[in-house]
Amino acid sequence: MIHQYKMAGHNIVMDIASGAIHEVDDLTYDMIAEYQGAEREALLASMRAKYPDTPYEELCEVYDEIAELAEDGQLFAEDTFAPMAGELKARTSGVVKALCLHVAHTCNLNCSYCFASQGRFHGERAIMSFETGKRAIDFLVENSGTRRNLEVDFFGGEPLLNWDVVKQIVGYARSIEKEKGKNFRFTLTTNGMLVDDEVIEYANREMHNVVLSLDGRKEVHDRFRKDYAGKGSWDVIVPKFQKFVEARGGKNYYIRGTFTHANPDFLADIETMLDLGFTELSMEPVVCAPGDAMALTDEDFPIVCEQYEKLAELMDKRRCEGCPFTFYHYMIDLEDGPCIYKRISGCGSGTEYMAVTPWGDLYPCHQFVGEEKFKLGDIWNGVDNTAVRDDFASCNVYAREECRDCWARLYCAGGCAANAYHATGSVRGVYEYGCRLFRKRLECAIMLKIAEADDAEDEEE
Amino acid sequence: MKQNKHIKTMKTRNLCESAKKGGCGECQTSCQSACKTSCGIANQKCEKSSK
Repeated sequence: MIHQYKMAGHNIVMDIASGAIHEVDDLTYDMIAEYQGAEREALLASMRAKYPDTPYEELCEVYDEIAELAEDGQLFAEDTFAPMAGELKARTSGVVKALCLHVAHTCNLNCSYCFASQGRFHGERAIMSFETGKRAIDFLVENSGTRRNLEVDFFGGEPLLNWDVVKQIVGYARSIEKEKGKNFRFTLTTNGMLVDDEVIEYANREMHNVVLSLDGRKEVHDRFRKDYAGKGSWDVIVPKFQKFVEARGGKNYYIRGTFTHANPDFLADIETMLDLGFTELSMEPVVCAPGDAMALTDEDFPIVCEQYEKLAELMDKRRCEGCPFTFYHYMIDLEDGPCIYKRISGCGSGTEYMAVTPWGDLYPCHQFVGEEKFKLGDIWNGVDNTAVRDDFASCNVYAREECRDCWARLYCAGGCAANAYHATGSVRGVYEYGCRLFRKRLECAIMLKIAEADDAEDEEE
Repeated sequence: MKQNKHIKTMKTRNLCESAKKGGCGECQTSCQSACKTSCGIANQKCEKSSK
């Protein structure tokens, strides 16, 4: 399977199974589109009719270049990976390598679009005790097999409402990681309200990554991200985030925003983030029930796509000007990216990744917390709901009929099980709107890589 | 980038080749960084390659 598209003056051809990516001229682009199954002479005649001014020898030359790549397995390569689907999960069955710790099911903001229902996840307010957090770390170590790198995300609600316990959990994990042969990578996700010098200093020392929630423009941010008195949080958090990031000294961080039906023109929010001095950015489409007033609509779709393209153009421009920035969804590692096993085995929710509630229950991921039927077990007794675990273990690219014919399947690994469940009622369904957005973002990301490679080549010359 | 007259080919990891040596499972969990609400894996570095 191939995928062809044109963007920002580039003609791009992706060979899906091999992972090869080509930039071609117009003639080659058109010939590739008709190449498969066509006889050489018939195809050359067809191209001759379309490009009457092009010498026949050149048409032959193009044909030969395409044929050579096909022969070399870089065009029209066959996807032979289906039998391997599930192999990685089977091989690593029972191994857990990442936990999302819900240290506080409560929040000091009352954001109406929150998928976690103001941090309560449809339940009561709750705070994780150190004993529970400690046991979660032990559970992770005990179930991580030979995996060395273990990820722990402090999530909520708002984790800074339980900051002392977060620090105790980190301290405990650090105290055992050497003897256990592990390397913990912590992430803190925060709304910023309680960030102070002490939080900054500690997080910049211990947290591998921090995710800071900011929606961009003040009026956009404050529309949803209000405190319980109804007051917007933008003025409080922005100076804190600026200080936080500056003190981080180049360590990983993301300013993470959400856009909704109220601001499909989210590029203006990205520009606000840039104006505020942030360069590591993520902007996510809202996750909410279909029909919700905040949900992105079909009318929003072309606007959002246009914004993604303009964002790519802005990134390219800023890179050329020597002031680049990162957009999470346009980060793509073509040379050192994931192997094929990772690409076909899905996100790992419910198998290698689980969420832990404040009272120690295990769920397949943070987005399933509160959905009682998805409860996997708990951190003391392990996973006992094997039916749910097996259901998640069997999620892979080839388990979804829609993914089999999708050109983006080896870049998304089958998508988000929670989004699929909420859209279709099945974790093996497909959230089509999200897929369409993913494909658009991927096209932009690859175009940016090609633009960068072209520039590097020009410089060399 | 490898350049022919009409086709420039980006340097990419050969996925078919990665089937032979891949699958160590040390890589980052997909949803554990910035997104938390939508999944993609292409931005993740292979822990073996980055070593």
